[in-house]
Amino acid sequence: MSRLRSIGAFWYDFVVGDDWRVALVVVAALALTAVLVHAVGVNAWWLLPVCVCAALGWSLRRATRS
Amino acid sequence: MTALPLILTVFVACAVEAIEALTIVLAAGLTREWRSTFQGMAVALAVLAAIVAALGPTITLLPLTALRLVVGALLAIFGLQWLRKAILRAAGYQSLHDEASAYLREVTAAKAAAPTSRGRVHDWYAFTLSFKGVLLEGLEVVFIVITFGANQHDVGAAVIGAAAAVVVVAVTGVLVRAPLARVPENAMKFAVGIMLTSFGIFWGAEGAGVSWPSQDAALLVLVPVVALVALCYTVLLRPRRGRSPAEPATEQVVSS
Repeated sequence: MSRLRSIGAFWYDFVVGDDWRVALVVVAALALTAVLVHAVGVNAWWLLPVCVCAALGWSLRRATRS
Repeated sequence: MTALPLILTVFVACAVEAIEALTIVLAAGLTREWRSTFQGMAVALAVLAAIVAALGPTITLLPLTALRLVVGALLAIFGLQWLRKAILRAAGYQSLHDEASAYLREVTAAKAAAPTSRGRVHDWYAFTLSFKGVLLEGLEVVFIVITFGANQHDVGAAVIGAAAAVVVVAVTGVLVRAPLARVPENAMKFAVGIMLTSFGIFWGAEGAGVSWPSQDAALLVLVPVVALVALCYTVLLRPRRGRSPAEPATEQVVSS
């Protein structure tokens, strides 16, 4: 069990890293983009770059404040 | 996209990881014994090659839209990790990765460990140190090779970039016989973070159904925009630490 936990922790750290909120923002932005494109009919190419840059700034702000 | 940006991106990313692996291999080889160190390195490289051989062709069988969505998301998340760390280091919030001190730590630990042999491996400590170092650093290389290669349907070109990086770093390491502490590792990590994030945004959005203005040429705008934003964050963070904003954002030489 502890080995499974350490393997899970390794992959979490490998992919998600120090700030899980960044990963959450990326996934949410992609989901919202898909909704806008397929359900609303808006070609929202600008949404992901804006969200990614904002998420980076937010994460850096949190890191430098702590 | 032609193969050249793919090869160059993979080359720089893999060079960063290869430098870190070289530090561990040198520490094991010079302080313990070379035979067991090479055995550990060879087994790790075989495992990494098997992962690429198994996952590379499998992942290219996925539908392109799904592939780009998943791989784009992973690359953006992964790239942001690199970029975040590189910015924090460049702004002075985290210490720069110092290969010289990392080497000294590994050497001290290697000298203290008792020699034990298992099977054909004469020095188990040297074997495991080398194996773990090469495998862990190599996994990031494999991730980049597979994601970039699969998305461009050119795993071969990505493998060429990775192999060239490993050869260049290995040959330099053999010639210098010391950790490559003078390589601007943070600046390289900064550049790779920008590339991974930009490609992740591009492919992820395409996978979500977006049509980029000017199609592939959008990357020529996206990469500089991400770079500019990252540089702005670096500059904005620096004065808060009481440093002069005029100082360069790239890595200083940290070795003695």
